Amino acid sequence: MCSYITEKTEISGSAKGAGGWSNVTAAHVYYDHPFHASLDHALSIDFMSGDTTRKVAVEMSAESARALVASILAALESGEEAHG
Amino acid sequence: MSYRGMTAEIVTITGDKGDKIEAYYAKPAGKGPFPGVVLIHHMPGWDDWTMEAVRKLAHHGFACISHHLYHRFGPGTPDDLAAKARSAGGVYDDEVVADVKGAMAFLRAQPEANGKVGMMGFCSGGRHTYLAACRLDGVDAAVDCWGGNVVVDDPTQLTPQRPVAPIDLTPNLKAPMLGLFGNEDKNPSPAQVDTLEAKLKECGKTYDFHRYDGAGHAFFAAERPAYRVEQANDGWQKIYTFYRQYLG
Repeated sequence: MCSYITEKTEISGSAKGAGGWSNVTAAHVYYDHPFHASLDHALSIDFMSGDTTRKVAVEMSAESARALVASILAALESGEEAHG
Repeated sequence: MSYRGMTAEIVTITGDKGDKIEAYYAKPAGKGPFPGVVLIHHMPGWDDWTMEAVRKLAHHGFACISHHLYHRFGPGTPDDLAAKARSAGGVYDDEVVADVKGAMAFLRAQPEANGKVGMMGFCSGGRHTYLAACRLDGVDAAVDCWGGNVVVDDPTQLTPQRPVAPIDLTPNLKAPMLGLFGNEDKNPSPAQVDTLEAKLKECGKTYDFHRYDGAGHAFFAAERPAYRVEQANDGWQKIYTFYRQYLG
């Protein structure tokens, strides 16, 4: 069922979508019915410019999302170690 | 009889506060008269599945319309507007009810209309269906497909957008109600479906609830793993039978 639960976090960075590169200032994260992915529920991330303009959207399975979290943390750990 | 053709097009309805709202409208070929159905889309948005369901009902003899609940967040693609609506906490119940009223008026104004109008919705659209059927006059039959949050166990779930639990409006319900639910669904849970049925019974309403084993939420969704072919086919047949009984 649709939950409306959305985790919002401010971020600083850039994203590339159909319109090319642009700044992104927030990520909206939720686990709910997807629009496109062939899943009953998907972990979705909307990379936003401001509160209302979605620049990039991804929908993935819960397993994929957990693997991605682990990859992000691993990349941060090794990268920060390498680059100080 | 051979298959009947249909036309499908984008039309404009007049919704809350006179707003002009996009809608997808499909009707069977011929002069009618045809009963009408307002199909309220689910929270993920005004998507392909919604259009397919509209055409499916037209194929079975109903003039069906589905308006874009998130139109006011536009312009933009339906998926982007769904994301905006989510970010804003959803649409307001009052707006939804007024927009549905506008869609009903559109159907009744068509030259092919028989004057009867039903309503249906899936998921959050099921909740909207229950809500609108309790608040509007002129609804001749309503179909709630696994509407969640019709029964609200935790009052903190009530929001400015959704300030009421639709079950509390049941005494005002004037239309017969068909309910289809999966026994493996968590929202609405089987216990919540029981609570809703008890309320309808207590209020002396006309209703017909069907609970499907082996099905969870959104078991009509042919493009999702939740699809359950046997239960979905039976459910659609129950919808056609229900509408033919009450909409002519």
